[in-house]
Amino acid sequence: MTTANQVLSEVEYDVVGKRPVRPDGVDKVTGRAQYGADLNLTGLLQGRVLRSPHAHARIRSVDTSKAEALDGVRAVITAADLPFASMSKDELGGDYNRFKFLSDNFLASNKALYRGHAIAAVAADNAHIAEAALALIEVDYEVLEPVIDVRAAMQDGAPLLHDDLVHTSAMGEVSEKPSNVASYMKFEKGDAAAGFAQANVIVEREFTTASVHQGYIEPHNATAHWRADGQINVWCSTQGAFVVRANTADVLRVDVSDVRVTPMEIGGGFGGKVSFYLEPVAALLSSKAGAPVKVLMSRTEVFEGSGPAPGSWMRVKMGANRAGKITAAEIELAFEAGAYPGSPVMQGATCAFACYELENGAVEGYDVMVNKPKTSAYRAPGSPQAAFGVEQVVDEVAQKLGVDPVEFRLNNAVTEGSRKVEGPVFQKIGLVECLEAAQNHDHYRTPLSGPNRGRGIAAGFWMNRGFHSSVNMTVNPDGTVNLIEGSVDIGGSRASIAQQAAETLGIGYDEIKPQVVDTDSIGFTMVTGGSRTTFATGWAAILASEDIKTQMVERAASIWDVPAEDVEYDSGVISHKSEELSFTFKELARQLYTTGGGITGTASLDPTGEGNSFGVHVVDVEVDPDTGKTEILRYTAIQDAGKAVHPSYVEGQIQGGAVQGIGWALNEEYYFGNNGQMMNSSFLDYRMPTSLDLPMIDTVIVEVANPGHPYGVRGVGEVPIVPPLAAIANAVEQATGKRMTALPITPGSVLEAEWNGG
Amino acid sequence: MRAIDYQAPTSLSEAVSIMAANGDRARPLAGGTDVLVQLRGGRREADVVLDTKKIPELNGLNLNDNGLQLGAAVPCFQIYQNSAVAAAYPGLIDAAGMIGSIQIQGRATVGGNLCNAAPSGDTIPPVITLSGEAHINGPNGWRTMPAENFCTGPGRNALENGELLVAIQLPAPAANSGTAYLRFIPRNEMDIAVAGVSSTVQLDASGQTIQSARIALASVGPTPILATAAGDSLAGKAISDDAIAEAGQLASEAATPITDMRGTIRQRHHLVDVLTRRTLNIAIRRARGEE
Repeated sequence: MTTANQVLSEVEYDVVGKRPVRPDGVDKVTGRAQYGADLNLTGLLQGRVLRSPHAHARIRSVDTSKAEALDGVRAVITAADLPFASMSKDELGGDYNRFKFLSDNFLASNKALYRGHAIAAVAADNAHIAEAALALIEVDYEVLEPVIDVRAAMQDGAPLLHDDLVHTSAMGEVSEKPSNVASYMKFEKGDAAAGFAQANVIVEREFTTASVHQGYIEPHNATAHWRADGQINVWCSTQGAFVVRANTADVLRVDVSDVRVTPMEIGGGFGGKVSFYLEPVAALLSSKAGAPVKVLMSRTEVFEGSGPAPGSWMRVKMGANRAGKITAAEIELAFEAGAYPGSPVMQGATCAFACYELENGAVEGYDVMVNKPKTSAYRAPGSPQAAFGVEQVVDEVAQKLGVDPVEFRLNNAVTEGSRKVEGPVFQKIGLVECLEAAQNHDHYRTPLSGPNRGRGIAAGFWMNRGFHSSVNMTVNPDGTVNLIEGSVDIGGSRASIAQQAAETLGIGYDEIKPQVVDTDSIGFTMVTGGSRTTFATGWAAILASEDIKTQMVERAASIWDVPAEDVEYDSGVISHKSEELSFTFKELARQLYTTGGGITGTASLDPTGEGNSFGVHVVDVEVDPDTGKTEILRYTAIQDAGKAVHPSYVEGQIQGGAVQGIGWALNEEYYFGNNGQMMNSSFLDYRMPTSLDLPMIDTVIVEVANPGHPYGVRGVGEVPIVPPLAAIANAVEQATGKRMTALPITPGSVLEAEWNGG
Repeated sequence: MRAIDYQAPTSLSEAVSIMAANGDRARPLAGGTDVLVQLRGGRREADVVLDTKKIPELNGLNLNDNGLQLGAAVPCFQIYQNSAVAAAYPGLIDAAGMIGSIQIQGRATVGGNLCNAAPSGDTIPPVITLSGEAHINGPNGWRTMPAENFCTGPGRNALENGELLVAIQLPAPAANSGTAYLRFIPRNEMDIAVAGVSSTVQLDASGQTIQSARIALASVGPTPILATAAGDSLAGKAISDDAIAEAGQLASEAATPITDMRGTIRQRHHLVDVLTRRTLNIAIRRARGEE
């Protein structure tokens, strides 16, 4: 058995594609990197949040007087302190629902919609006093029946979360009757019924997946100082400082320029730190107390009070003919939005059949509110759930046709020019190359033997994003370049962005000094998410570098007193096209201050052309027939990265995504008690895999250059979590003969399937 | 977390007087891997935390002809790193080496595991099947009780106010005897047993007949359970798959599990059967000196 990471490259560059040391590495391995919890301002108070013990309850009253009277308590706030509380529907107009939802998720006003919903907050001299004060706050709840299952929430007569606010399109029909269905969508291509009529084999199944959490190691935290002059400074752990700035300003009804957000180092996000929970609370506490306030979540608060990925229900139907071609496919998806509208069911719907050339397809999606925390993004939001259903049905169709599962997928794979069910046409993509790499891999070519073992494969898709990014780059007199960016570095993006700048400038990677800065210090930059950062902020760095090159050429021309068009820039050397005149980058940098001033390159952009990502995973498992426990024996993840700017960090993304997918597949779930309370809100009982549960995840980086980016880059961070759920289910089916249609595939559920003969 | 008074007495009598003076507001601390987590999480309250690591009687690890005297504050790693103890009590080592992580095993103690009285305490079943006794000291002097009587409910033990568990006494292993502990967890480490079983067997000199057996269960009732009927069913029987299967069945019947986030009633009965058969087979091999 070979165990190796492979990179299948088309193009080689000087810096892009190499594996330099990351700029933030030393601070992180020596413990000097500054995370939000490390921050200690003069006069800092500690804030804590009181949370609802009930999954669904009307809040009759909140009495904070005893807490306020406790020695050492400096401020107590409730929803009544948020500006929304004193604003009418007329004042807010069409934005009423948006503000109501936004504001209420920070501090609930009239209803607690999930266990863990924030009700009040305290700032005190220390955390112990703050905790003691929470216990003194008296909340009068009228406890209501909760609904936590997506299908139950869609039934007539289900408990309603928002009986007065949401007029929904229930079951596709626009209705004035309130329901928990926040929205409905449908996409069609061709004629599904006609396609099924042509099929020789049809498979139809229902699937469910559980609520799962991103499980970032660093809990949410925020420190805020609302100064006497009105300036609000915020330090926090976030994937997007500008989103925190905008929403904090919105919910506090202040101008965005009054809020400065400094993103601290981030201890994992995986989409979950696109959402935020504490910043306006800390700011209000600070305003009342007249001092900076730090609020930290415990792990239980993270599980109960921050957004998990949605649980889901799906029905998938697929037909194929004897030639091995899919003739039609349809899917219905119902995703849990949690307490407020906004599950990623749209993304699930658009990803569901993205790997397959479909002439006839239909996709329907429901966004359904339940008494759970408002769901948040989690790595390729919506796509893993959809793939769990679709990739199992694909597997079963291939089985019934007697076709190898990789061969079947190759037969039906989308290529450049294929049109998706909801409309878009693919540019150049690498699904076929990934499937071929799987077919040719030692893993797939090595037969699996032994009892109770099975091999599964699955494919996955993520569209990736472009979005806004800004970069400022300043040339220093020693020839180094400061690179200022607004993209929080989660997975090595300081390195991957600096590499693209160095490549463009033709100078060494070590000459670029990247820095992530606050919202006052850089132009608008969207979240680190959507697999966009290396693509879009990298592109901003390329454009800022081009700006520097242009100015360096003009400066050299001015020094030499020649026309700029006679000067060229090549590989970090500025030279005259015909005369013996040249500067290295360093030589010219040294002269800038005395020849007209420093040079700064800038770029702000909103690029399109993000290349889509595909991945194919192969997994071998062994299932203990006595205990139902699934052991992962071997795992290979193959992915088209377009161009891997830093292959080690791409491999890290692929391995990390695969591991989170393995956890989602086998053990992770929110386990609820009868009253909608999460029973396993700790890492002991919310079972993420540890290193002892996993083999080395082998990777293959396939490089089908994205024509929409100067270096061919595609986003890489999200798609690797898409295939594992179904790949493992397919492997378990091979090992046991049981088709596991509900996640997680726990030892208990495998035993149940055995006992039920399912 | 409330402010607590930390006391670290250096003698047993001083410790007992502090415990007696504070009643149920005092909590003894050995490794702290349970107590500190419970105090921080608000699941227990205490005014006084009494550190037992400076009391000589609680920190001895003495192996002699009478067996093993295991001080209640001796951490797991000291037990499994002592090669003579490890050779004499491999079933205890099975459990001591699987609690938490290596870091946890550097602090966590068998005595603390027993006092914490979690149904899932991994070291409790092997201490029970090895016929361990709890040596207790308090305001009224010494008393001793079999380990299987020590836990009285989830998180509750037989200690009276003012009493301390001082040591656990394991008898010297009989000739041709063997013990094994296995638990089932969904992960491979860092987890809590869905079910756990310890089996101790004593064979005749030929190694073909079981003279006596003790089987104890974890995580399948309000306390660890000594499955007496299951162990007794093997006494005097020739070793056979049928005999082992019958013991597995009887052990399963002795379990009184609940359905919770870690497993269902049916799954736990089933796992007790599986683990009983597996541990009996290992214990028999150990008794024969085969592993």
